[in-house]
Amino acid sequence: MKQLILLASIVLSMSLGMNTQADIDQGHIANARGNTSVASSSKPPAMPPVVNTDIKQKRDYPMQPPLIPHKTDHYQVDANANKCMACHSRRQTEESQAPMVSVTHYMDRDGNFLAEVSPRRYFCNQCHVTQTNAKPLMENTFVDMDTLLEQSLKEKSQ
Amino acid sequence: MSINRRDYIKANAVAMAAAVAGVQAPASASNLITSSEATKLNWDKAPCRFCGTGCSVNVATKDGKVVATHGDIKSPVNKGLNCVKGYFLSKIMSGEDRLTTPLLRKKNGKFDKNGDFTPVSWDEAFDVMADKYKTALKTKGPESIGMFGSGQWTVWEGYAASKLMKAGFRSNNIEPNARHCMASAVAGFMRTFGIDEPMGCYDDIEAADAFVLWGSNMSEMHPILWTRVTDRRLSAPHVKVSVLSTYKHRSFDLADQGIVFTPQTDLAILNYIANYIIQNDKVNTEFVNKHTRFAQGNTDIGYGLRDEHPLQQKAANASKAGGSKSINFKQYKKFVSQYDAETVSKISGVSEADLEKLAKLYADPNTKVTSFWTMGFNQHTRGVWCNNLIYNIHLLTGKIATPGNSPFSLTGQPSACGTAREVGTFSHRLPADMVVKNPKHRAMAEEIWKLPEGTIPGKPGYHAVQHNRRLKDGTMNVYWVQVNNNMQAAANINEEGLPGYRNPDNFIVVSDAYPTVTAQTADLILPTAMWVEKEGAYGNAERRTQFWHQLVNAPGEARSDVWQLVEFSKRFTTDEVWPKELLDKDPSFKGKTLYEVLFKNGNVDKYPLSDMSPDHENQESKDFGFYLQKGLFEEYAQFGRDHGHDLADFDTYHATRGLRWPVVNGKETLWRFREGSDPYVKAGTGFQFYGKPDNRAVIFALPYEPPAESPDKEFDLWLCTGRVLEHWHSGSMTRRVPELHKSMPNAVCYMHPEDARERGLRRGDEIKVSSRRGHIRTRVETRGRNRPPQGLVFVAWFDASQLINKVTLDATDPISKQTDFKKCAVKIEKA
Repeated sequence: MKQLILLASIVLSMSLGMNTQADIDQGHIANARGNTSVASSSKPPAMPPVVNTDIKQKRDYPMQPPLIPHKTDHYQVDANANKCMACHSRRQTEESQAPMVSVTHYMDRDGNFLAEVSPRRYFCNQCHVTQTNAKPLMENTFVDMDTLLEQSLKEKSQ
Repeated sequence: MSINRRDYIKANAVAMAAAVAGVQAPASASNLITSSEATKLNWDKAPCRFCGTGCSVNVATKDGKVVATHGDIKSPVNKGLNCVKGYFLSKIMSGEDRLTTPLLRKKNGKFDKNGDFTPVSWDEAFDVMADKYKTALKTKGPESIGMFGSGQWTVWEGYAASKLMKAGFRSNNIEPNARHCMASAVAGFMRTFGIDEPMGCYDDIEAADAFVLWGSNMSEMHPILWTRVTDRRLSAPHVKVSVLSTYKHRSFDLADQGIVFTPQTDLAILNYIANYIIQNDKVNTEFVNKHTRFAQGNTDIGYGLRDEHPLQQKAANASKAGGSKSINFKQYKKFVSQYDAETVSKISGVSEADLEKLAKLYADPNTKVTSFWTMGFNQHTRGVWCNNLIYNIHLLTGKIATPGNSPFSLTGQPSACGTAREVGTFSHRLPADMVVKNPKHRAMAEEIWKLPEGTIPGKPGYHAVQHNRRLKDGTMNVYWVQVNNNMQAAANINEEGLPGYRNPDNFIVVSDAYPTVTAQTADLILPTAMWVEKEGAYGNAERRTQFWHQLVNAPGEARSDVWQLVEFSKRFTTDEVWPKELLDKDPSFKGKTLYEVLFKNGNVDKYPLSDMSPDHENQESKDFGFYLQKGLFEEYAQFGRDHGHDLADFDTYHATRGLRWPVVNGKETLWRFREGSDPYVKAGTGFQFYGKPDNRAVIFALPYEPPAESPDKEFDLWLCTGRVLEHWHSGSMTRRVPELHKSMPNAVCYMHPEDARERGLRRGDEIKVSSRRGHIRTRVETRGRNRPPQGLVFVAWFDASQLINKVTLDATDPISKQTDFKKCAVKIEKA
């Protein structure tokens, strides 16, 4: 059926004298569009919910900012208030049992430790983002340092 | 996750006990590896691959792979910080669909425009490509070939490309995607100051008392500069922040004053401020008298549409858009007097109180003001005017070139300044602000390049928007795209870009690391090395030039853009591409390859391989047998030294976290045009705008003029497009990082809840966004980070599955030729 429609559309476009463009989508490779041709449009995926499990994800390397494992809808983070710090500030963590912001966040531009979180770190969402349950577009072949370490130790012991 | 903390500890106790007891457990069973030899990481520095901020990044490699990245504590730009994209740089090179071999559309073993992409060797790829170039050059001449690069080219890549096109193929049809991004800023600088790029630097941020954002969402698009603004605002309570935009966005979260104005009326607001300053006697008369002059620009200049478009036909000065005449202060004063509070409030939708509050920041002589702008000003059919008008305000008050007083044009790309602008990879430019139509500039370039007089054509080539039009019309036939994704990025692709690339008369080559939308529409795809897979240099928004070494190898047969350009030049002899008259001027060039003429010219091949870092790979140099990057850079640097664009020597940049040009006697320049700070300013002058022959900056009288397309009965909403924090531009790198993709998987249409309700729509509904040119399908978002006013919607363009540039209009600023991606008329229906 699909082929029939394709054939019909080719015949139609030729008969209308519209066949002035070479086939764009022959040999589809633009993976970020799924199987949709460049010339057409596809049904957008439903807006995926934000993961709200409170379960920490492994970091790809120690310096990676941790991902936010919960919703942040309606969190006020502006010049007047920072809702994130209601749980993640040093003072609050005993009660909230949330991870305390990293010590690096208390340092100013010149590396001096301040009594409070540095204003340069004020807007948390510039580094920390939530995750939806959307599927990755495609695999990423990044190998973390632990895996490399294990590989090299294994090679040595063999 | 069902395992609790106690279970977890119990399970791990075995391994720990074994280790403590000194039992020889297998290495993999030990819970911590402590051998310094095994755990050592190799750390290097590199500028970030993404925006124009130019953060420095520490990159860790192990066993030939990048394993970690984080903000460079030693960099004055970011002092140890990165944004979320920057923190995930480690993963941008490892998307599973990296291109590793050239791909040519083939049928029955031969190139066919309708064929499937088939792996071929570099030799076959270049053979087919060279054949297409030679045929086009022979039958139609140099104007039938073109190249489209970007502000993501390294300095030497842009330089090699420009040289190959302008001197090798003798075609000025080379453009960067920076035309979509920075052209209005460039033309603004050239018109007002006669020299490109900001006079100030990021140090202005820590000195300013007030920040005004004009059409810039720094919070998402320049996040690390925003951390500096935030730091300043919150640590010095007297500091004020005003944010102007056509919709509310994240930068409003820090604003003391948030202003939403009707699209295009920024022109009127800017003139109102100038008028307020004059009316309230706040002009810095001494500064204005000594260092400025006044001019009236041509008006009714059209919208950069195709010539036959009714709006072009109607425009009186479409062919002399950049023209102006001299006026005096009195005339200027009279001109801006029409922009009073009442009139401007009416057209802009901004209250008179808000207008006055904003104007007072600029007028108060004791408030040091830094103005930032990005695409809201530049992607504007009167973008050059916007740039000129903001300079007017800073010049009238003398708030310029001193710490904290800074009209600051931010760049979008990592080397929009360093490559596109400074190297001059535009159709009208040469390095160091020189232009092809000036015979003296051409002569200087020919002398540095050791080429016969008359090699570089004097006629400017086609600009970016014209490229797609020329491809569609079939007057440009062979086209090479490097480091950008223009089929996703250029406006109105349905009517221009797509028919252009797929015109059967045309041959399109795309060099990329990933199979982008642009690659999909090409005929030949060249797999390309990226970022730290090659040695590179970028120049950021504050004139800072930064270098990095090759740290890992590119996968498969992927090769850097510079390797591709230089290697391809071997395929041509001068006899094939230069006319007889030119060769007759110096017969010694006869029979030589373009490689010999352009790159084995005694300059580029001057530095031996032994000059290279012994600790780093350098694929290209080893291939060509000389230190290619150093040779290209040092030849290029000759253009700017002693001409206000001095660069330090090559090796210095590898040893520093970048330097801001002009670098004179080893010293970088923080503020230009001011005595004591800029070595080019003569003693006793105070300030000197030496880009202009009379050393005066120009204050321009320029009016409000309406946009090219406004909402009407059928297409009843404004569409504004833009970027997001989590993705870099078209998302070809960042959407392949799972964490970034999952944080921002698809574009959505931000709209006012009332606009949604009126159309019977709810959050999450599927909709069709259409204009007169095309449509996309997306979903409604009435909450979240962007809050448009009624009558305007915002859609980001990072999402390859929702090509919003099928909808946008390719109206451009007639002076800068930069497209307005921020304003067109659309309608929205439930899909």
